[in-house]
Amino acid sequence: MDENDIIERRACISGVGQSDIGRRLFRDPLELTLDGCLAAIEHAGLTTADIDGLSTYPGPMGTPAGFSGAGAYDVMDALRLNCGWYGSGLETSGQLGSVVNACLAVASGLATHVLCFRSVYEGSAQGEKGRAAVMPGGGGGGGGGFKASGFMQWNLPFSAPSAAIWIAMFAQRHFHQYGTTREQLAWIALNARRNAELNPKAIYRDPMSMDDYMAARMISSPFCLYDCDVPCDGATAVIVSRRDRAKDLRNPALRVEAVGTRIDGRPSWDQFDDLSTMANRAAGKQLWERTEYRPSDVQTAQLYDGFSWITMSWLEALGLCGLGESGPFIEGGTRIARDGQLALNTHGGQLSAGRLHGYGFLHEGATQMWGQAGERQIARPPEVGVIAAGGGNTCGCLLLVRE
Amino acid sequence: MPDVEETAPPFRILPKLTDHNRDFWTAGVRGELRFWRCQDCGFYIHPPQPICPTCHSKDIRTESVSGRATLATFSVNHQPWMPGPDLPYIVAIIEIVEQPSVRLTTNLVDCAPEDARIEMPLRVTFEHHPDPDGDIYIPLFRPDAERGE
Repeated sequence: MDENDIIERRACISGVGQSDIGRRLFRDPLELTLDGCLAAIEHAGLTTADIDGLSTYPGPMGTPAGFSGAGAYDVMDALRLNCGWYGSGLETSGQLGSVVNACLAVASGLATHVLCFRSVYEGSAQGEKGRAAVMPGGGGGGGGGFKASGFMQWNLPFSAPSAAIWIAMFAQRHFHQYGTTREQLAWIALNARRNAELNPKAIYRDPMSMDDYMAARMISSPFCLYDCDVPCDGATAVIVSRRDRAKDLRNPALRVEAVGTRIDGRPSWDQFDDLSTMANRAAGKQLWERTEYRPSDVQTAQLYDGFSWITMSWLEALGLCGLGESGPFIEGGTRIARDGQLALNTHGGQLSAGRLHGYGFLHEGATQMWGQAGERQIARPPEVGVIAAGGGNTCGCLLLVRE
Repeated sequence: MPDVEETAPPFRILPKLTDHNRDFWTAGVRGELRFWRCQDCGFYIHPPQPICPTCHSKDIRTESVSGRATLATFSVNHQPWMPGPDLPYIVAIIEIVEQPSVRLTTNLVDCAPEDARIEMPLRVTFEHHPDPDGDIYIPLFRPDAERGE
């Protein structure tokens, strides 16, 4: 591939920011969103006058409750931004699809500094009723005459309303094909927790042992409670800048070396042809087709863990271990530790640091690569990092290189 | 005789019937599992789409299949997400024998969680839900004793 075709390389990450993060903050979601956005702009060494692009996932959505704290227009208006390009949407290559779009926008000259954000308030929206509050019919039973349509008609009548179940079935297939075990799977959660212990913004910071994990109640086999991420409130923002206009900014540019957005097979949770992998298999492959770097060059991986097995799936999809070999790869937790060969989910992932929905991984990867991660900093700040988000039929990834 | 459960069913969220899905959700009254099928190339289409995804023919109709299937994967669900079957219950993805690329998310019934095995042969059974908009027959799957393991 001609290097001139890999136009995402004209883009870089120049700043990141986050609002307060909490299990249930009961704050105005737009206010949280703006806190995160302003923090990222400031972190990049920019002002709102410099921002001329805006991108978010998923855009305004009423349901599920708390899934979207603000849309692009909300932020554009509140910060009085003038934009050469903007956009949002749910139908893209995962949460990071919005960041890829921003890279393409700066590469094409439509914008110079694009503010990208993801804002959630699922913790507050669920309130004391927990997950039941956001189930169809509003929880509490009866369904109120609610009828399922669209793709939900194919799982709600079977009492399968949650992605926990859908992803659990992928994991079960992986267990069947490759002999993966819960003792292996546990290391995604245990590694996340030991990292979260050092992250002051993480939701769950108490130490967790293998015994704790094995004693937890089952949700949907093979997933127990600790295999499921924790709903929270908070907003994360990143600035995507044109690389040739980022040289004098506050942080060294993190070049977007390559992205992966491809999907093959059916865009479906249950009709996908190989239930031991997901849409990420193609996105991961595409990423490596666009760069001379190899998986062995990666020093940190920040890989989505909406459910623990998704991280294992990304390890395989990105070639960071062999197909079907993620179980042995993570077993014992040594390779994936902060001082291991592949520091993984160093902030605690969504399992322990909160379901910031994809952007938390990009925030953490960039923070580690800039050496700004405080107590949890990897000893030698990584020069090469891979970030991936999404599961099922919505998956995307980025390879970042510090300049 | 159609294999239809007539014991009191658990609460289920029912599908909203349309011209595209009515046969799928109601043909269980005759013990039939029905899918859209291309009349030109024979491809089964699920979920319903207006044209055949392989040959793009618009000559598609619903047809019955045997009701035999294979367990592709499953999960034993312990979490009370919403009112529904007694816990734990098994959510499954099955592949129909006529065309394994046609899958259904469904429930595996009449099977203890510890007896569920990926690749096991299954057979459809229907759960009847009277409804003013049209009775619904939800296709569930049970181990197929005839084909055994």
